[in-house]
Amino acid sequence: MTRPIIEMRNVVKSFGLFKALHGVNLQVKEGEIVVVIGPSGSGKSTLIRCINQLEEHNSGEIIVDGAEVGRGRKSTVLTEVGMVFQSFNLFPHMTVLRNVALGPVRVRGLSWASAEERARRLLTRVGLEGHVEKYPAQLSGGQQQRVGIARALAMEPKVLLFDEPTSALDPEMVGEVLDVMQQLAKTGVTMVVVTHEMGFARRVADRVVFMDGGRIIEEGPPDEIFNAPRDPRLGSFLQAVLSH
Amino acid sequence: MVTNIEVLPVMSIFDTFLNWKVFVQTLPLLLSGLTTTLTLGVTAIVLGFVGGLVLALLRLYAGSPLRQIAIAYIDVFRSIPILVLLVVIYYALPFVGLRLSPFGAAASALSLVSAAYSAEIVRAGIEAVPTGQFEAARALGLSPWRRMSDVVLPQALRIVIPPITSNSINVMKDTALASVVAMPDLLKQATQAQALAANPTPLISAAVIYILLLMPLVRLVGVFEKRLAVRGR
Repeated sequence: MTRPIIEMRNVVKSFGLFKALHGVNLQVKEGEIVVVIGPSGSGKSTLIRCINQLEEHNSGEIIVDGAEVGRGRKSTVLTEVGMVFQSFNLFPHMTVLRNVALGPVRVRGLSWASAEERARRLLTRVGLEGHVEKYPAQLSGGQQQRVGIARALAMEPKVLLFDEPTSALDPEMVGEVLDVMQQLAKTGVTMVVVTHEMGFARRVADRVVFMDGGRIIEEGPPDEIFNAPRDPRLGSFLQAVLSH
Repeated sequence: MVTNIEVLPVMSIFDTFLNWKVFVQTLPLLLSGLTTTLTLGVTAIVLGFVGGLVLALLRLYAGSPLRQIAIAYIDVFRSIPILVLLVVIYYALPFVGLRLSPFGAAASALSLVSAAYSAEIVRAGIEAVPTGQFEAARALGLSPWRRMSDVVLPQALRIVIPPITSNSINVMKDTALASVVAMPDLLKQATQAQALAANPTPLISAAVIYILLLMPLVRLVGVFEKRLAVRGR
């Protein structure tokens, strides 16, 4: 069995009085595609934001690629974790090419020339070769999110986190982003995806994790989760999202 | 009485306030004053901005003692009248052995106060940068310094261009206070010239020069603000 690249043990995260994560345990193996589903406010986003320490957990352990992260630790292992945001968060004052090349130059120490070469290659891969000199504001939402994916990939991370990557998109642009993610899934990179796209979860996930109320309620292969949900909360969630 | 007003001829207004001969005679003096004013203003604007940037970063991100010191500095120097500070620096500091030239005293007073105002402007600019930008920079693994220099500050500084320009106008205007410590700035030279010529034309000229210097900047702030509003939509 391949070793877990992410291991969360009894992770608790509170925002003031509100407990967003109630002792979550999760293992993600290298190369695995894990899709996290659940109602709004169930702690899905908090879960992945804890993995790359955009939120610091209050207790429990998070181990990424063999190194514990967070709770005061300064860890370089987090540069191995890439993140794609719901609202893209591209840098508006830089060209698309710069957005993608910045990380490799500043963090990996590449020259601008070789980082831009890498950026061009990745932007071609996400179908944006014609837009490298544009600014983010000149692109559609779907295009911006594909830049976001290229930017994360440019760091050659071991793990890619997706925080509702299609939730801010117009419906007609969801497909182009999911296509890129599906292509990516075939390359062997580890992915943890928080999404409301059940079709994507069904097609691409190795494992689906269902969260509710800050807890992981049920997890398993997509077949089991979607066709034979055991917990009634999962059942009613699926009914709600799939019925229309 | 009525006749008195009627006798006051238009010519005498020209002779008194807008005397061409006096104007031409005193213009070189005024222009040398203008040079001093500009040098002082630009020095204070630059130093004040750099100081403000440092103060804003300390106030937002420094650990406990430094942060408190920055806050205290900003509060104190936003509360003290520049003229009072200038007089303290020029007339009081020599008692502890610190004797500054009029230019040094004026530049210090203006920069110290401008830094406090700039700090609050820059802080507001940094706080106006969306959280997602900080998060994306962090998620990429950029160091705290790189997050600031590559991602946050370029956006924040664009936001603060109008208020910083506005502050710069105020600094330029406040340079006139330096005449109190005998610095030969535009106002001082004008009063000097007035005494020499026994005619107030140089004062009027100085006022016009101030307006001509600053009005384009005032207009510029308006343009900046309009442009920012359009882009923000």
